[in-house]
Amino acid sequence: MSVSKIKITGLNLYYDNIQVLKNINLEIYSDEIFSIIGPANAGKSSLLRAINRLADLDGAVVQGEIRLDDVDIKNIPVNELRRRVGLIFATPIVLPGSIYKNIVYGPKMHNNYTKKELDELVYFSLSSAGLWDEVKDRLWDSATCLSGGQQQRLCIARSIALKPEVIMMDEPCSGLDPISTIKIENTMLNLKDKFTFILVTNNTKQAARIGTKTAFFFAGELIEVASTEQLFTAPKDKRTNDYIIGRFG
Amino acid sequence: MKFRIGPRTSQIIAYILLLICTIFVISILIFIIGFVFKNGFASLTWNFLTQKTKAMGKEGGVFPSIIGTLMVTLFAIIVATPLGLGSALYLTEYTKGGVIRRVISFGADCLAGVPSIIFGLFGFIFFVIALKLGWSIISGGLTLAVMILPTIIRTSEEAIKAVPKAYREISYSLGVGKIDTIIKIVLPSAFPGILTGIILGIGRAVSETAAVIFTAGSSLNIPSSLFSSTRTLAVHFYILAREGISMPKAYGTATVLIISILLINFIAYRLMHRFIARYY
Repeated sequence: MSVSKIKITGLNLYYDNIQVLKNINLEIYSDEIFSIIGPANAGKSSLLRAINRLADLDGAVVQGEIRLDDVDIKNIPVNELRRRVGLIFATPIVLPGSIYKNIVYGPKMHNNYTKKELDELVYFSLSSAGLWDEVKDRLWDSATCLSGGQQQRLCIARSIALKPEVIMMDEPCSGLDPISTIKIENTMLNLKDKFTFILVTNNTKQAARIGTKTAFFFAGELIEVASTEQLFTAPKDKRTNDYIIGRFG
Repeated sequence: MKFRIGPRTSQIIAYILLLICTIFVISILIFIIGFVFKNGFASLTWNFLTQKTKAMGKEGGVFPSIIGTLMVTLFAIIVATPLGLGSALYLTEYTKGGVIRRVISFGADCLAGVPSIIFGLFGFIFFVIALKLGWSIISGGLTLAVMILPTIIRTSEEAIKAVPKAYREISYSLGVGKIDTIIKIVLPSAFPGILTGIILGIGRAVSETAAVIFTAGSSLNIPSSLFSSTRTLAVHFYILAREGISMPKAYGTATVLIISILLINFIAYRLMHRFIARYY
């Protein structure tokens, strides 16, 4: 059943007195792949960083309210918030150390797992991310040996290992080849019953392929949000239309 | 017509110039080490290493000085490493590149350029006299610690700054707190650089004369506690040569000093490579 997962009300975000997000009101439901599209400097990444409060570290000023399961995120311990809301970056960056270590690094900080539980967690996360068959024989090899697409799926597995509720992806396929992109999209489709996805993408086709809902951001404003089908076939705003038919951006 | 050197010729000239620089530098090093070894090797016997010093150094060995050097250096490193690493971490992870950080970094750089004799006098006035620690391993060790702190702070700072910001962001986004991120991600990644700073510190401490002679004294007895006065190898060498007590023994001491520094570097780099191989 679809319930309200994240509710954003009146969100403004400033970096050094420059307003990056302007009065954003948005509701994201569970079981969604919520796509966010828009040209550069639209504030898409800033929105994700506001949701898991990474923006605080950059010295951003955040006004307004973000609620996760109807609890203001300011009232959730920040490490707990970031465990529940995972973030995948555009460039896959694996931590130094083995594939196995990459997966268990986060979980070990949150819980006391036995060796057996950790092994199971590694299996669960890697198979969820569709990577298990490719790496099962070299779990202890350095994670940097993997290809770019594999590294990105490892990053997804690393997030899954924390048993999050929401997984946010910040242009996860921007540096990947089409085949790796398809693999990651399939991973998301397979997992969309378990997690709420927020997908920021520069690739409008990707949003059209897998997004259940799509929001169009432009210059820090939320221009339009609708079901993906509606947004791509009958956009209400002219700017949305211009962007998706490729007139700019 | 303008005279031009062809790209091929300029490549060759550059190559030869750089090669000459390298050969020059290496030959200076080999010459110094060779010179000391040639003069000192005759004195370098097992007895020289294990026996007490007799007749002010004219006879006997350098065993007390070896122990003294070890203790003073070890004490200095044990004091300076946590302090230096701690302040480097504070500067890089907890300040935002503002005025404080620049002032402290500038101070550390200035401190690194202060002649060691000044540290010696400071140590003498502060540790030996004011704190009543006397001529002792503690006074010498603390003085050396103050002296090598800037080296350790600056090298650690650079090493920590070189750890990609993305590592920290990933760690935070996995819900790991700041201090755990520092311990589990930042420090291990910066470790080789930090170790280099410590090795440089050890090198300076082992070979230091001026700062130690005023603070650790020049006793030739085997130190019995941290409050004993002691004579480090470098001081021993200085006194033997300066007072013309025995040149063969002086060169013998210098040989021991050089070998120990080579050994420290060798071991440290081996440790570092083993660490990197295990970690990456």
